[in-house]
Amino acid sequence: MKVLIIEDEEEMLQNMKQTLEKEDYLVETATDYDSAFLKIGVYEYDCILLDISLPGKNGLEILKELKKRRISDGVIIVSAKNSLDDKLEGLHLGADDYLPKPFHMAELNARIKAVFRRRNLKGNTFIQIENLKINIEDRIAFIEGEELLLNRKEFDILFYLTSNRNRLVNKTALAEHVWGDHIDQTDSFDFIYSQIKNLRKKLKDHQAQIEVKAIYGIGYKLVSL
Amino acid sequence: MKLLNYTTKYFAAILLFALLIFTVIFYFQMLDEIYDSLDDGLENQKILVINKAKKEPSILHKTSFEDGYYTIHPTSYSQIKEVKDSYRDTLMYMLNEKDYEPVRLLETAFRQDGKYYKLKVITSMVEEDDLIEDLFYSILWLYIGLVVGILLLNNWVLRRLWQPFYSVLTKLKNFNIEKEQGIDFENTNIEEFQLLNHQIKKLLQKSIDSYKAQKQFIENASHELQTPLAISLNKLELLAEKEELSPKNIELLASVLENLERMTRLNQALLLLSKIDNKQFVEEENLNITETIHQIVNDFLDFAKHRNIEISIVGKNLIQKHINKDLAIILFTNLIKNAIVHATLNSIVKISIEGEKINIENIAETGKLDEQQLFSRFYKVNTRKNSTGLGLAIAKAIAEKYDLKLTYAYQNKHIFTVSF
Repeated sequence: MKVLIIEDEEEMLQNMKQTLEKEDYLVETATDYDSAFLKIGVYEYDCILLDISLPGKNGLEILKELKKRRISDGVIIVSAKNSLDDKLEGLHLGADDYLPKPFHMAELNARIKAVFRRRNLKGNTFIQIENLKINIEDRIAFIEGEELLLNRKEFDILFYLTSNRNRLVNKTALAEHVWGDHIDQTDSFDFIYSQIKNLRKKLKDHQAQIEVKAIYGIGYKLVSL
Repeated sequence: MKLLNYTTKYFAAILLFALLIFTVIFYFQMLDEIYDSLDDGLENQKILVINKAKKEPSILHKTSFEDGYYTIHPTSYSQIKEVKDSYRDTLMYMLNEKDYEPVRLLETAFRQDGKYYKLKVITSMVEEDDLIEDLFYSILWLYIGLVVGILLLNNWVLRRLWQPFYSVLTKLKNFNIEKEQGIDFENTNIEEFQLLNHQIKKLLQKSIDSYKAQKQFIENASHELQTPLAISLNKLELLAEKEELSPKNIELLASVLENLERMTRLNQALLLLSKIDNKQFVEEENLNITETIHQIVNDFLDFAKHRNIEISIVGKNLIQKHINKDLAIILFTNLIKNAIVHATLNSIVKISIEGEKINIENIAETGKLDEQQLFSRFYKVNTRKNSTGLGLAIAKAIAEKYDLKLTYAYQNKHIFTVSF
């Protein structure tokens, strides 16, 4: 998978690059309009991470140019502005998703994977990890071909963790993803724990070859046994 | 007291004083004039009587007034050598009034045919008490007339004169800095008012400018903080993924992450608040509020369950409102979340939808909250670690933007009401 990050903030760029390289993607970077199109003209990318506020011509200009050139790479806008207008215009100009800064790396990962799936895995909507198989479209999980009965939240958690397999998922990221952005100010995320506990039990009962590991204070990690 | 009535008050006091003095002087002058003319008349009558006595000596023995206006008593020279014309007031019984009334009396003496006579001439006189009474009433009426006149004149003239002033006053009363609109002043030819208008205009513009600048500053500041926050947060997440970290270090890292996230939330709340203030939510739709509340409650079920709190929604009344969807969700999310967070464990959070009102009630250990402070920024009842102290301020800002009434009441439980 090839990803292009267009971002003028050097450290932000390095963060995203490091994260994505852990997923074994081929990551290229650009810092402005011109350097971006030097790369876009040469390679085809599965996903472009695009910062809106760039020096000179901004990210929306890049989107317009992409549309003009009929380049249909998947685009995720990352923006610190979190402005509704930018979001609407970006999506209107053909972006696949909009991710406001600051974001959690786990969320970035999940969004990129969603873009890959929409673009590349046409018809193929299954994820296989060890003996766990997830049918994304029908939202059903199987272990050794046997259905794992999960409620909506448990499925969302499992699916999110599989998108970030072997990686530490921040509990805030998990809560925001599964329960929505507005959950973020609640006192603690202890309530996630009860859902995780149920999920763990179900995985264990079905002798899954994976487990949800708690990393004290920070979050969870889906690991192979 | 109004300016108009204030001047009238002073006028009334001054007039009262001036009229009193005038009345006293006038009274004595008038009385003086009356005596003067009465005495002239008496002197004339004296001469007439003396002349008559020369022609008709019979009257020289008219010793009582009866039907006349004079008496003559024969007397000796020794008794009258001292007598000069003397005028005095005395009382006399008047048949018509059936009472003693004051009369003016002239006492004099004359000689006729070598004999001396004493002559008294009277004339009825002005009744002083009646005069005073009459005078008092006419002055009173004059006074009332003048005060009423001044009042009317003031109200007419001054009102016209001060009209630009009152117009500015009304406009200032209706001025709202949040609308960021200055005041259009009427043109006036009065120099003082021109100056006043000019100064007010300058002051208002300054206030509006600094209000705008302050809002803009908060937005810019929180916006600029986003990127460094994002970088730090992500770097720490990358660090946390490193295998070689000891559990102790992970714990440290978790604490830093947690605080950084708290800062991020605070920053985002501030940004949201200034975006609402800066009117950056333009998009509106006709939103089913009742349904929205049901959805929000649904999102919080897990959280409420964790605290063993039951959320009950009473009333199915359909409330619709033309509103920005995101803001509506934030408004009710903040209120409902607040209720759940602050409710005592194992209690019920009741949401009732009645008529055009939505009540959100929760029982809490804290007593009545300070209504004045409640909706202001960074107001915290207890120092809950994860509270930004901005939730209610945001809710209030949203409510105000859409002319909804967000109120708080305490009846052994906290009740927040949104009235549409």
